[in-house]
Amino acid sequence: MSPTLVSMEGIDKAFPGVQALDGCRFELLAGEVHALVGENGAGKSTLMKVLTGVYRKDAGRIVYQGQEVDIPNPRAAWEMGIGIIHQELNLIPHLTVAQNIFIGREPRRWPRFLLDEKELNERAQRLLESVNLDVDPRARVADLTIAKQQLVEIAKALSYNSQVLIMDEPTSALSDAEIQELFRIIRELKAKGVGIVYISHRMDEIKQICDRVTVMRDGRTIGTVNAQEVSVDQIVSMMVGREIYATAQPAPNEGASEVVLEVRSLSRGRAFQDVSFSLRKGEILGFAGLMGAGRTEVARAVFGADPIDSGEIYVNGKRVEIKSPADAVRLGIGYLPEDRKRHGLMLDLDVEANTIVATLQRYAAALGWVQKSKARREVQAYVEQLGVKTPGLEQRVRYLSGGNQQKVVLAKWLAKNCDILIFDEPTRGIDVGAKGEIYKLLNDLTVRQGKSVIMISSELPEILRMSHRIIVMCEGRITGELVAHEATEEAIMRLATLRPTPRAVV
Amino acid sequence: MMESKAVPSKRSAIRSDVLQQALAFASLIVMFVVFSLASPNFATFTNIVGILLSTAVIGILAVGVTFVIITGGIDLSVGTVMTLASVITGVIISYWGLPIPAGVLGGLAAGALCGFVNGTVTAKMKVPPFIATLGMMMMSQGLSLVISGTRPIYFLGTPSFRQIAMGSLAGIPNAVWIFFASAVIGSLVLTKTVLGRYTFALGSNEEATRLSGINVDRWKIAVYTLCGLYSGLAGVVMASRLNSAQPALGAGYELEAIAAVVIGGTSLSGGEGSVLGTVIGAFLMSVLINGLRILSIPQEWQKVVIGAIVIVAVYADIARRRRR
Repeated sequence: MSPTLVSMEGIDKAFPGVQALDGCRFELLAGEVHALVGENGAGKSTLMKVLTGVYRKDAGRIVYQGQEVDIPNPRAAWEMGIGIIHQELNLIPHLTVAQNIFIGREPRRWPRFLLDEKELNERAQRLLESVNLDVDPRARVADLTIAKQQLVEIAKALSYNSQVLIMDEPTSALSDAEIQELFRIIRELKAKGVGIVYISHRMDEIKQICDRVTVMRDGRTIGTVNAQEVSVDQIVSMMVGREIYATAQPAPNEGASEVVLEVRSLSRGRAFQDVSFSLRKGEILGFAGLMGAGRTEVARAVFGADPIDSGEIYVNGKRVEIKSPADAVRLGIGYLPEDRKRHGLMLDLDVEANTIVATLQRYAAALGWVQKSKARREVQAYVEQLGVKTPGLEQRVRYLSGGNQQKVVLAKWLAKNCDILIFDEPTRGIDVGAKGEIYKLLNDLTVRQGKSVIMISSELPEILRMSHRIIVMCEGRITGELVAHEATEEAIMRLATLRPTPRAVV
Repeated sequence: MMESKAVPSKRSAIRSDVLQQALAFASLIVMFVVFSLASPNFATFTNIVGILLSTAVIGILAVGVTFVIITGGIDLSVGTVMTLASVITGVIISYWGLPIPAGVLGGLAAGALCGFVNGTVTAKMKVPPFIATLGMMMMSQGLSLVISGTRPIYFLGTPSFRQIAMGSLAGIPNAVWIFFASAVIGSLVLTKTVLGRYTFALGSNEEATRLSGINVDRWKIAVYTLCGLYSGLAGVVMASRLNSAQPALGAGYELEAIAAVVIGGTSLSGGEGSVLGTVIGAFLMSVLINGLRILSIPQEWQKVVIGAIVIVAVYADIARRRRR
């Protein structure tokens, strides 16, 4: 039995309004690769940030190499030999590989403030060779591929003689060959007795490389199991945990109505590739997936907010070019962004101004003079129709609740006669009661008013309850499409963590 | 037939700041040749010395502000801090009657102190550098007027003070040598020292620098202090050159200094840049102004042209990045 390297017990960490970690425990042995899994927001990254001094714990014990320790800042963690490779790589793009590896510990020359570049590059070269990394220490980091940058991060961690190495989603930007190279290095480190924490959503990789798996959910540690003894399904059900929601929902149209929006082979850089789907009249099409799966990026591209590299979009059967949000709006597509406060509303303007901003020209008389009373009447009508709770049309939207803010954004698009509405995380930051109202509104829009809705959501019960069909994305590709009544949380989770395989040649 | 998809564009081997610098240098040469052909009075020794001399003060300010801009910050106070430094120097030498070195040190210290305050307000109080240094710009302007009683301070009792800038070596005024020396030292600090390394690191990715265990606040303060020190030096040179401390001068110099930095290829978003580029940028502006003057183009037009050059320089940089 290998000695225990790290043991964390009863770790609590609260942020304003959220208990991010609640009595978590975690144990890492020397020479072990230990997977840490859970849904978005389960607390994996937070727990590791506590271990690496990025956050201070509120309560609990951390024992490292047999001694209880306090880790006040990232520097302390590095010096103790606990290294982390963050998901968003933490390299300094304009500096070279060697400069990045030894930042903060640059070899000096006399007098003390002069850098010894030669020594720096030689040390980096030796280090890189010792782990068989084929990277030029003098290359600028910005000029390297993501995979090479990742290897540089590993070299940096090793330069501290790290005994613990935490990798947060290390393979998310790597190709298969690069992943195999990473695994080779992981196995070498393991053989040297380094303990590795492997945070990942990819079950196949976990099966390949990990010894044990610890599952987290809602800020708690659910359990630790041996990777070889449990099935992927068992792990997934530990991650999801909840009872399956009753999937009852109004389902009036099963392929009956006409297609209002069709997207064919849409691609944009790394963000998403070869995305095709269609949306029918009166339908709610759910988009499920983990954070960073590319759902928002697809929505933004369809809305013209980001340029596309290739692909075709058809609205009501007609090929269209959407080069800007103005084009999309003209075609009747409205987008309700995830971050309403930043992208959807002008917080310090009032309800009326926010509602008519997209349709202002309609109320304009000569010289651009706005006909207040006409605008006011229409805004009032929407406020009543959608049930926006506001003391008056002059209320600044900053002071409305999240649910009512969402309704104001919706009113803006309804005023513009949009028939295709893209909701990005429509209930994020909205309390439970108001969620129900948004759901009712969604049903009302589709069933009664014949609008078509794309709903991006990370909340599985929401997706299951509200959608007619569900498209699941993983890493910029569509990995599956489910009909709502066949879908389960497990099925979605499996697709959402499925590593997309290159599409077979037809 | 499917058309083959564009292969991912190959990363350019030449760094954009180096390219911009080369472009600025080429423009400088072209301008020089054009003006020389256009007027026999341009490429004379006297005129070239004049160009060098007129570049010195802005050049020293620009070298200092290069550091701040590479960190991704900005310093709007360098012009008026320069003035404050020259007023302090004047007070020490002419009013208090202390020796010249004391006045010079006082001027440098005043500049460094203003820079230190800028850095502290930015790093510790998290006030955006634009605002922090805007405030410092106004405060130092006001202080110069208060301390001097809104009157110029003349160095009448110390004729040798004027030699600091206007004495000459090999026919070239000391002010120019001081500018060159400060540029060389600036360049060495930027490329060879720890401070220089962290200047780039801060501008390139501040969070990553912090997570690497570096005391980000301390180095930021050091960079602003260094910039202030350069402003102080410019103040001493300015006072010496005019043989007086002019409290109403200085506003507007910061923008010319920033323009020189930008023309020289230093990115306003931080992370890249060089002192050499800044020096080239400063000369480019001086040569242009001088050439236009020699061609008898009215002075009013000079600013118009400089303004256009700044926009073109930054646009060239942006256009190149976008194509990447």
